[in-house]
Amino acid sequence: MSILVDKNTRLLVQGITGNEGLFHTTQMVAYSNIVVGGVTPGKGGEWVLDGKIPVFDSVKSAKEATDANATIIFVPARFAPDAMFEAADAGIPLIICITEGVAIHDMMRVRNYLDQKKVRLIGPNCPGLLTPGEAKVGIIPGNIAIPGNIGVVSRSGTLTYEVLYAMKNLGMGASTCVGIGGDPVNGTNFTDVLEMFEHDPKTEKVIMIGEIGGNEEEKAAEFIRTKMTKPVASFIAGQTAPPGKRMGHAGAIIEGGAGTAADKVKALEAAGVKVAKHPEEIPTLLQ
Amino acid sequence: MKLHEYQSKNIFSKYGIPIPKGRVTTTAQEAKQIAEELGGLVVIKSQVLVGGRGKAGGVKLAKDPNEAEQLATQILGMEIKGLPVRKVLVDEASAIDQEIYFAITDDRASKKPIMIASAAGGVDIEEVAAKTPEKIVKVNIDPLLGLREYQARDIAVAIDLPRDYWRDFTKIAMGLWEVYKNTDASLAEINPLVITKDKKLIALDGKMMIDDNALFRHPDLAEMRDTDEDAPAEIEARKYGLSFIKLDGNIGCMVNGAGLAMTSMDVIKLFGGDPANFLDVGGGAGAEKVAAAMRIILTDPNVKAVLFNIFGGITRCDEVAKGILVAMDEVKPKVPMVVRLVGTNAEEGRRLLENANMITAETLADAAKKAVAAAKG
Repeated sequence: MSILVDKNTRLLVQGITGNEGLFHTTQMVAYSNIVVGGVTPGKGGEWVLDGKIPVFDSVKSAKEATDANATIIFVPARFAPDAMFEAADAGIPLIICITEGVAIHDMMRVRNYLDQKKVRLIGPNCPGLLTPGEAKVGIIPGNIAIPGNIGVVSRSGTLTYEVLYAMKNLGMGASTCVGIGGDPVNGTNFTDVLEMFEHDPKTEKVIMIGEIGGNEEEKAAEFIRTKMTKPVASFIAGQTAPPGKRMGHAGAIIEGGAGTAADKVKALEAAGVKVAKHPEEIPTLLQ
Repeated sequence: MKLHEYQSKNIFSKYGIPIPKGRVTTTAQEAKQIAEELGGLVVIKSQVLVGGRGKAGGVKLAKDPNEAEQLATQILGMEIKGLPVRKVLVDEASAIDQEIYFAITDDRASKKPIMIASAAGGVDIEEVAAKTPEKIVKVNIDPLLGLREYQARDIAVAIDLPRDYWRDFTKIAMGLWEVYKNTDASLAEINPLVITKDKKLIALDGKMMIDDNALFRHPDLAEMRDTDEDAPAEIEARKYGLSFIKLDGNIGCMVNGAGLAMTSMDVIKLFGGDPANFLDVGGGAGAEKVAAAMRIILTDPNVKAVLFNIFGGITRCDEVAKGILVAMDEVKPKVPMVVRLVGTNAEEGRRLLENANMITAETLADAAKKAVAAAKG
């Protein structure tokens, strides 16, 4: 068991013939055999990866031919909203959008549309998902994590790699690692993933990696306090970030005194979460 | 991206929102001329992208054209919170009966736009929100449906706006929604929206912020960018697609990924140091981008040491190493450098830097400690 993706996932890649799409498809296929097809309008009928993966013109035709149940999006930001609408309309229940820099008005429309269709979106601006040993759906390097019983959820990319790597060095593995992305309007939040981990028999402990901006960490703390039985350790990035400045991620900004690291740490500690002082310390809190 | 008051109000006006008569200028002579055209009392308003202009003396009332010229001269020579005043807006003065706060912005929590109004306008809305939250009315807007007129009326009722003004208020609300939607604004704010003594609703002041990620479809708005409030290094960084923010410490940082870049700053602080900047080279950065990043870091004279923390995923450590070598050759840095490479092609990267006289580190904590020690000399 794991959450969201496993060895039975049947994955499409939207933007499969682009630089990023092709590079990461190669990496994903090398990790495990879950990619069933790709989509690039105008390139339907072609094949990539030496004839292993078929390319389709639309998500609808790809789904009909492959019975895909998830899709990952690698198209540029201005085309990503359309790619998400297309996947939802084609009846794909799980969309992972890696693309960074999607306009927030587009994301509000996408999110509200997807909610009506009951489609699960991960991202955008995220590294995707990794269920070690089973499925790599995204750009998290496969070799930095080993299978295990710790669920990992994070708003950040490389910071997550740092934590997975520190876990591996201590012989600790992950059940699933979920990168929810650093944008202010995204598809899946901490609480959604914590709930999935709470119900996943393979996950025994959870690591949550947050950062400044918004109040999702505070909401997660409330969920942990009232609903979670599994131990959670955390780290919040941005303790030294100045207010009013966007720290790279569109969502990582302290606005009007809200969304500070100190507030988040306080809320988490009050919920019984052990909060690490630096990322390499997090796994040791669960030993 | 922030817009100036005059830019925001010009946009409002195009969408049918009434604004005072007036014009922006860079000279006191023209300010006088505008005052002559307008006749009567005028307001001279500094155009800078920071709040608190009024308190800083950047907004003044002039009774005639001569005084307008005199005050414009004074204001155009000012600095407000470190920003030079380069433009003033000369507006006809309004006789005010009531001030209202009215805005549409993105609501992260609901994933929808939100319309915010308060009868306690004219002042800092965050202060109102903190002290008297009951005076603020909020209504979410369905992004797929848009603002509906009944929602605007509901707001008018909720802020006790007299019935005579409902029709005009609704028009302004619908206009502001169109402004917000059509410009990809993250904020479209009228503060204050005033009821004048002669019973008119006018947007006296305006403020807009545009989503940088949407500027590709608004070339006209992109051209309005005023870079005065950005440090020169931040402008340079933007050219190379680097995310850079200057800070006050002395340890330069180059990191891939925004979360890890923030974390590297935090860990430097944890071990007693002070970061000089936030810098995310981004995913898949090549040698050229890395070299540009290094030049930008080293132009800061406060920098006493540099920390490179690269966790290779899409980014290849050997590419980063090549960039470091190119930049070292060009800039010839005098400060110690601590480098930590992990992940994709890390070994190859380390081999390239073997003879570059850099301090190497295995873990992030170790790297931060070494950088803090190096900065202390």
